Amino acid sequence: MKRSSRRAFLAKASASVMVAAALPAVVRAQMVRTPLNNMPEVIRKLTGTNTIHKGRVKLDVPPLVENGHLVPLNVSVESAMTESDYVKAIHVFTERNPLPEMVTFRLGPRAGRARVATRVRMADTQNVIAIAEMSDGSFWSDSVFMIVTLAACLEELPA
Amino acid sequence: MTTANVRVDVPARARRGEIIDIKTLVAHTMETGFRRTHLGVPIPRDIITTFVCLYNGVEVFRAELHPSVSANPYLQFSTVATDSGTLEFKWSGDNGFSATQAARIVVT
Repeated sequence: MKRSSRRAFLAKASASVMVAAALPAVVRAQMVRTPLNNMPEVIRKLTGTNTIHKGRVKLDVPPLVENGHLVPLNVSVESAMTESDYVKAIHVFTERNPLPEMVTFRLGPRAGRARVATRVRMADTQNVIAIAEMSDGSFWSDSVFMIVTLAACLEELPA
Repeated sequence: MTTANVRVDVPARARRGEIIDIKTLVAHTMETGFRRTHLGVPIPRDIITTFVCLYNGVEVFRAELHPSVSANPYLQFSTVATDSGTLEFKWSGDNGFSATQAARIVVT
C-alpha cells in the first residue's frame, strides 16, 4: 500500500468537506431518500392488464415546493363528459410517500367537466402520477417530477 | 359525532345546464398514523376517508382520501346545475368522524 502523507490526506479531506458544503440544499436533501413504496404494484392492481396511455390528463402541480405539508394539486382530463363518454375516476399516486395512494376522485357525466383540485403532503422529492379511468375502460395518465425542499413527515425519517 | 368546522362555496344561483365550481374545506388534523411522539410512541391514524356530494339526493361526486391529503382537506370539483334544490356534503372518517353541510341553489 502506498504511504500517503498526512498533508495529502488533509488536503483531500478538506476538499471533500468543501464539496459537500457547496451542494445546494436540494441535492443534499436527495442524499437522504425515503424508500420507494409499492406504487407499481398498486397501479397494476387498479389497471389490471390494460395499458396506461400517456396524455389527455393534465396534472398541474408546482415543479418545486418549499413546504411539503401543503402542496396544491390540480388534475384535469380531456373528456366530453357525456352520458356515453366520461371520466369515471381520477387516481393520484406517489412513489415515495409512506403509502402510494394519495387521493381518488369519482366523477360522472354530471360533473360537466373533469377538473378537480385538492392539497396534498409530499414526503420527499419524487414522481407524482395521475391516472384517469374512462367510462370505456381505458386508462390515461400524466406524471410530474416534483422537487420538495421541506418534506412533510420529517419525523418518519430514521435519525 | 364531532361538530366539525366546515366551509363550502356553492353559487347561490345558476342557469340551467351551467357548470358550477364547488369548493369545500373541513377542519381536520388528518393524522397520518406514521408519526411518533417524542417518546417514540406511534400516533394512531385519524383521517377523513370519504367525501360525498349529493345533488337533490343523487351522488354527483365522491372522493376517497388517504393520509397523503393535507390537514384540513380542501376539495374542488364541478357539477352541472340541473334543478333548484339542495347540495349536500358529507365527510366521514376514522373514530366515527362525520360531518355534513348543505347549500341551497336556485337554477333558472
